Amino acid sequence: MQVPAHVEYEKAGSVGHALTLLARYGPTARVLAGGHSLIPMMKLRLAQPETLIDIGGLAELAFVTRTDGELRIGALTTHAKLLEAPETASQFAILQDAERVIADPVVRLWGTVGGSVCQADPSEDLSAAFAALRATMVIAGPEGNRSVPVRDFFTGPYETVVGSGELLTEIRLTAAPASFLAGSAYEKVGRRAGDWPIAAAGVFVSLDEDRATITAAGIGLTAVGADRFCAAEAEEFLLGRLATVENVARAGQIAAGHCRPVSDQRGPADFKRHLAGELTVRALRRAVQRALRQTRGSGATGSAADGGGA
Amino acid sequence: MAEEPDVRITVNVNGADCSRDVEPRLLLIHFLRDDLGLTGSHWGCDTSNCGACVVWLDERPVKSCTILAVIADGRRVRTVEGLERDGVLDPVQVGFARCHGLQCGFCTPGMMLTARWLLDHHPDPPPAAIREALSGQVCRCTGYENIIRAVRWAAENPTSVPE
Amino acid sequence: MNYGPLPRKEDARLVRGKGTFVDDITLPGMLHGAVLRSPVAHARITSIDTAAALAHPQVEAVLTGRDLAGTLPGRDFSWMPTLSGDVQAVLATDKVRFQGQEIAFVIARDRYSARDALELIAVEYEPLPVLVDATRALDPGAPVVRDDLDGRTDNRIFHWSAGDKAATDAVFAAADVVVTQDMLYPRSHPSPLETCGIVADADPVSGRLTIWSTSQAPHAHRTVYALITGIPEHKIRVVSPDLGGGFGNKVPIYPGYLCAIAGSVRTGRPVKWTEDRSENLMAGSFARDYHMHGEIAASRDGRILGLRARVLADHGAFNGAAQPSKYPAGFFHIFTGSYDLRAAHCEVTGVYTNKAPGGVAYSCSFRVTEAVYLVERLVDLLARELGMDPAQLRMANLLQPDQFPYASPTGLVYDSGDYPQALRLAMDLAGYADLRAEQAARRERGQYMGIGVSFFTEGVGAGPREHMDILGLAMADAAELRVHPTGKAVLGVSCQTQGQGHETTFAQIVAEELGLDPDDVDVVHGDTDRTPFGLGTYGSRSTAVCGAAAAIAARRVRDRAKIVAAAMLEVAESDLEWADRAWRVRGDPEQARNIGEIAMAAHSGLRLPDGIEGQLDARAVYNPPNLTFPFGAYICVTDVDPVTGQVVVRRFIAVDDCGVRINPMIVEGQIHRGLADGVGIALMQAITFDHQGNCLAGSLMDYLLPTSAEVPSPELGTTVTPSPHHPIGAKGIGESATVGSPAAVVNSVLDALAPLGVRHADMPLTPAVVWRAVQGQPLRTDLAGG
Repeated sequence: MQVPAHVEYEKAGSVGHALTLLARYGPTARVLAGGHSLIPMMKLRLAQPETLIDIGGLAELAFVTRTDGELRIGALTTHAKLLEAPETASQFAILQDAERVIADPVVRLWGTVGGSVCQADPSEDLSAAFAALRATMVIAGPEGNRSVPVRDFFTGPYETVVGSGELLTEIRLTAAPASFLAGSAYEKVGRRAGDWPIAAAGVFVSLDEDRATITAAGIGLTAVGADRFCAAEAEEFLLGRLATVENVARAGQIAAGHCRPVSDQRGPADFKRHLAGELTVRALRRAVQRALRQTRGSGATGSAADGGGA
Repeated sequence: MAEEPDVRITVNVNGADCSRDVEPRLLLIHFLRDDLGLTGSHWGCDTSNCGACVVWLDERPVKSCTILAVIADGRRVRTVEGLERDGVLDPVQVGFARCHGLQCGFCTPGMMLTARWLLDHHPDPPPAAIREALSGQVCRCTGYENIIRAVRWAAENPTSVPE
Repeated sequence: MNYGPLPRKEDARLVRGKGTFVDDITLPGMLHGAVLRSPVAHARITSIDTAAALAHPQVEAVLTGRDLAGTLPGRDFSWMPTLSGDVQAVLATDKVRFQGQEIAFVIARDRYSARDALELIAVEYEPLPVLVDATRALDPGAPVVRDDLDGRTDNRIFHWSAGDKAATDAVFAAADVVVTQDMLYPRSHPSPLETCGIVADADPVSGRLTIWSTSQAPHAHRTVYALITGIPEHKIRVVSPDLGGGFGNKVPIYPGYLCAIAGSVRTGRPVKWTEDRSENLMAGSFARDYHMHGEIAASRDGRILGLRARVLADHGAFNGAAQPSKYPAGFFHIFTGSYDLRAAHCEVTGVYTNKAPGGVAYSCSFRVTEAVYLVERLVDLLARELGMDPAQLRMANLLQPDQFPYASPTGLVYDSGDYPQALRLAMDLAGYADLRAEQAARRERGQYMGIGVSFFTEGVGAGPREHMDILGLAMADAAELRVHPTGKAVLGVSCQTQGQGHETTFAQIVAEELGLDPDDVDVVHGDTDRTPFGLGTYGSRSTAVCGAAAAIAARRVRDRAKIVAAAMLEVAESDLEWADRAWRVRGDPEQARNIGEIAMAAHSGLRLPDGIEGQLDARAVYNPPNLTFPFGAYICVTDVDPVTGQVVVRRFIAVDDCGVRINPMIVEGQIHRGLADGVGIALMQAITFDHQGNCLAGSLMDYLLPTSAEVPSPELGTTVTPSPHHPIGAKGIGESATVGSPAAVVNSVLDALAPLGVRHADMPLTPAVVWRAVQGQPLRTDLAGG
């Protein structure tokens, strides 16, 4: 089995301590959370940090909390915890959909949400899911915290705006008001269970009281070279339009047209582009269905058993 | 080629504290196998895909090839050697033997430890749930069917007797 | 009866994690080896600088090809013979010929330092044009891979054919219908969960070389090591401890093994080398890689008349495939399948390319996997052409029971079988008519469901010594049975389990013959010091060959026991009959002696007839008179989404006939595995390359193996047609399901896609491949960008 190169190790006792260590060791240090993104890279020697700053013991960064207006996810929340968190039901079901198809059940017990998004793999599922939800990334640094919209968070393959002296601490999602009909969904095609996506699409949508007009739309795409992991042109198209079969199909076409997939062993570019469109359509369809299942005036709860039209 | 000082770690393995000086880069699987001589856990890939290395860390299954030994400092590890208690095999172990859930035995320790964790949390899982729980671990010999049957046997026979 | 689903003796240690696999072994003073491998597929080596690696404080030695030329007096094993009579570089000297080829071997005090030191070796390469596409290997001007071979100006390895060409051509010329199809059986890899490895211990004082290694054929390896190193064979001991799967991947002798041996000789200490998964996938013995052109001729009313095949076999940079030496294409000529044909002809051309060596592995039964895939696809294509149901077309053409023993048009003699019974049973278990009705109903709703049939005959248990050898070593296997005075037995066998349960099944064989309890029979295997010579386990030959030897040895013991029993009872031998686990006086069965009683007497001073030796030990070397021919009928049900290309395998029905089943539980376990192989090979597994010769499947992240989520619960059926020439009537089962299942899955998916006009698509049928097939723009599955 392949093994990492020599590395030094420091264990952080608090967020402040972690920042101090990051400042001391500079750009050759890497943050170690669950390790399930970084350690595989280190074993293949694709990543060779000189120092590891272990923040895995910072329990204060592992949480999923829901207030009226917000869902907050600590960066050290494991994939498994996010999947089973009751707070991710109803309008945030996209997160459950996505987590169910990320890696495998054992890896999900240890890999963290923050670790995955900071790895910034161009095929990362959560990147698309958070992009669809227009999440806000909270980054701690020596000067305090700063918030960055997720759509500005990724600057390139394996690159984010998190500086060498900074730490991603949480991800915040704005919850749609209770009176809104909101729904979300994630659709992924891989070659096998647990595989990286050939392509995947995540959608958040909210509908007006008429149960037909789209008042908000977020479409996230991953693995297809979509700019900022989203399909902005398709979102713009949908705003204010009715959630009809035709409009949904058109949105899929626009999303497919604006991504830049690359051929690789998962599939050729034309197939990925096709999937980008098709999965956008399927995710939209399911998100709309879920939105319509919200009982009017109680958007915070909701499951398939709720009343309301399909 | 920087030489970093070793780190002193104490890991509780199968109920006993083990203290060693280790390089920070030492993977937990190698710590268990090479430093502690617990060769019941295996390794089979380079990319955290195969699951031959699954052990428990703080009561949760983990792919020990993807964890550094230093991360296990102060924590509890359970390996296949710690599945049996006082010479009595765990029902999962009995189930695997009864149902021909192993052939070469290389994936078996990892499969059994994940199965044990599953049953601890879901005592009566349907076959589909067992398949899902084990979907991150590869077996090349059994085609999985008898592994599923073995876990079902353990679910239905939660108190086994010494063999 | 001792035949039955006995729990396995192996499990007591394996469920406790107390197995001993090669990497578990630690010896005092042991060093660790690591192999430096070529990053490029074809290049001249202009320099290798190991100085920095040697300077690493934990490094004891660094070996290059030049060092291997001088490690043992008078021996240059920088090159070594392969199992196909070719030569292969152990550590490259002049050129590298595939990505991943071995260049240097570092020996260090711990495995992490060995890995670090690899980066300190500086190699300079002068790139050469790369040959990756086997279909271009014989083009004029193609890069010549093996310029090391004198006079070699092209990449042809061999040309081999079987069958009657003239008769076949005549059948085709006169046939109503001829269906033709090109199909690829892509390069695959068995990927046993335990990678290959060795601990080599060359004792400078005794001159003994002790090897623990992942070998499916320890005796053959011992002989080859003796020939290569010059170390006397009686001073070499090879031990295969517990093996974590083999599937043919652990048959070859790998360069890493020889490097470890050389390293141990050089340092005077034990040296361990265990390969990474990436090394296993990139450089270890691959399987398949057959580019096949097949044709099937038939009458308008569905009578199959003839088969023709032309095959291009990609063997990689060295011909390292392991098959009987007279059969460079293995038993591919079994491609006539399970059908009653008038004539058939096949020809196979082997070529070199800039890829890893191998070809025969992964439960192929020596290329039977390729042959069965070809014929079963052709039969389905013929059914499509004729508008006939594929199961009915098969039923109408299967060999009938009264045709056995059956001499095939290509010279094989199938021993026994009732094929129609097996297919009928499979169709009953599947509810075939209901499935077709369901399929029709789903098609109305725009849902695509497929029903795929595969009927296979395979030839295993190689083989008769006058026809089958590897490197001149005949493929006979042996068993030595010792019965102790207190009636306990020890059976030494020459075969090598990698999980198949020989400690249990071979005990059952002896127990059955001698009326003993299987617990009273210990099976010893894997240690060349303690077991008789044989060619090991692959090609489903353990039960067929070594199992026969065990039965015969046991019968020899029983025959000697009869003489002793007669002496004990003071009767004539002819008065005794074997009944109910003892020798009994005919007509007076209470007058009896069982083996336990006889054993003590045989070791005593009891007076025996002149010329009869005491004790009860016996030995047998079994020279099989023929291969054995297991067969089966498989039906696979899939649901396909043509929009996303995703395939779900909903059901897998498998009826197998392997003759007498010694342990049905173990037999079924073998079948379960092969069905999973079919899902993986058909849908997701392939070792692919790009045009620069970079291997794109060098990890399990891209060489995808099926998990519990993809493999359905199999539905098994059994028929039993004993082999008439095997002492127990058993045929062997280890590879059957891997042979028969891929075609069932592929036929199923293509059956689902038939309404969309898809005729054929090559494996693996990944979502991309399925979607492109539906678009009418097929994707080449062996080469990226193809």
